[in-house]
Amino acid sequence: MVPLITGREGALITATSVECRYGDEVVLSDIDLAISAGDLVGIVGPNGSGKTTLLRALTGALQPTRGAIEWSRGVTVGYVPQVETVNWFFPVTVKEAVLMGRRSDRRVPWASPAEQEEAHALLARMGIDHLASRHIRQLSGGQQQRVFVARALLSRPQVLLLDEPTSGVDIRTRHDLMHLLHELHHEGLAIVFTTHDLNGVAAHLPELICLNRKIIARGSSREVLTPAVLERTYGAPMEVLLHAGLPVVVEAADQYVDEFLEEGEHHQHAS
Amino acid sequence: MIVATLAGLLCGLVGTYVVLRGMSYIGHGLSHAIFGGAVASFVMNINFYVGAGVWGFIASLLIGRVARRRVIGADAAIGVVTTASFAIGLALVSRHSGFTRNFDAALFGNILGVTRSDVIVIALVFVLTGALVFLFYRPLLFTTFDPEVAEASGIPTGAVDALFSLVLAATIVSTLRILGVTLVAAALVIPPATARMMTDSFARMLGLSMAIGAVSGAVGMYLSYYLNIASGPAIVLVGASLFVLVFAYTSMRNVSRRPLPV
Repeated sequence: MVPLITGREGALITATSVECRYGDEVVLSDIDLAISAGDLVGIVGPNGSGKTTLLRALTGALQPTRGAIEWSRGVTVGYVPQVETVNWFFPVTVKEAVLMGRRSDRRVPWASPAEQEEAHALLARMGIDHLASRHIRQLSGGQQQRVFVARALLSRPQVLLLDEPTSGVDIRTRHDLMHLLHELHHEGLAIVFTTHDLNGVAAHLPELICLNRKIIARGSSREVLTPAVLERTYGAPMEVLLHAGLPVVVEAADQYVDEFLEEGEHHQHAS
Repeated sequence: MIVATLAGLLCGLVGTYVVLRGMSYIGHGLSHAIFGGAVASFVMNINFYVGAGVWGFIASLLIGRVARRRVIGADAAIGVVTTASFAIGLALVSRHSGFTRNFDAALFGNILGVTRSDVIVIALVFVLTGALVFLFYRPLLFTTFDPEVAEASGIPTGAVDALFSLVLAATIVSTLRILGVTLVAAALVIPPATARMMTDSFARMLGLSMAIGAVSGAVGMYLSYYLNIASGPAIVLVGASLFVLVFAYTSMRNVSRRPLPV
């Protein structure tokens, strides 16, 4: 198994009063956040709530317009983008994609034998080493996701940030991916990822952040998946039930949906 | 023939990044923009390579700057900057009759009229570009494939883009006198586009693109001598023929691989 353990005490990344803008539009404001070793945090919020922007700021790729983000000394951050943003027609094999993640200062195009070995070990761990020479487009959705996780892990990060890793995958693939993330977390990696899946993913996480341009709440799923917090986050009424000790979010009855259903019944009777 | 082979190698190398960055149109536009610089340097009596090089680099930086305004977009930015620059060149040509003699050479290239200094410049640009691609292989590849994640991984993508603009401008300027304004773009795009159809690996595409560029240059020169046709079009036509052959072969292979309907 590839060693990934780099756990340490204290905050690895600290955001203080962070504000991010795109032009005049404020996308994030008053973000105070610390990511520490041992964290496994999910970020939930509606479309346009600033989830991806927050992740990009935490990687250092995006400069906040106000406030500051600090990384503790020597911290490496691995980033896994949304698969929808990947250029699938780019000529790159699985192995070439993973080796992009190497951090060494080698000034030659080819990877060292040690880097090659590590890339193969990571691919083997992801169960896709036999696909190393395939083009990335020839893989299934779950396998593609694993290629980019392997690329991020090759840089031996202490923090792994993933943007919507569970979007557009089936239940089995989602389950496998969550299993992998839990495994990496147990090895000491701090993991932060965004998700839209409140019941299938967010409810099972030890910690959640509800985001809508500001942090609305942070806590365990039972603490934050409440009707009041969800309405402030999503701007829509939601009901929360408990099933096997876990919260289950259901959409509250909506007057427009009711009217639509009534209209449908009326048409049925008329015909 | 050596110059044509070198020009093919250089264009095949740089063209791989041009095509994969979705910048095929920039090669076309920038060669036209540099024509403006070539004429201006002739009128002002400045060395061709210095005048056209500086002009080309500024034009490619300007395109990047204008393209960042989202309401305009990259294609319109290239259209505005390069056509304006080309128009400056044409305006200067119409005022200064002395340039007319070289006008055809600049537009369509004249490989038989290349001087010793042209050969030295193209050899230098090829060696420097090759060294840069060798030394910065991973940052260049990562920035071309996925600029956002490359930035997040600590690669200074802005500096990599500026370096690439410089390399692209130098490539076009050094091959302009050989291939001409209208054919530089073809030499930048055809070899990598052909190579892309032959492989799914980036490293192999880079090598194949350079090989196709070099073969097009050498065979094109040979044919231009024996068939008595202009060298620029001969080089490009050899490249285009290879493209058609590979396109036909890969299309047939894909059809034969497709499973029959049940």
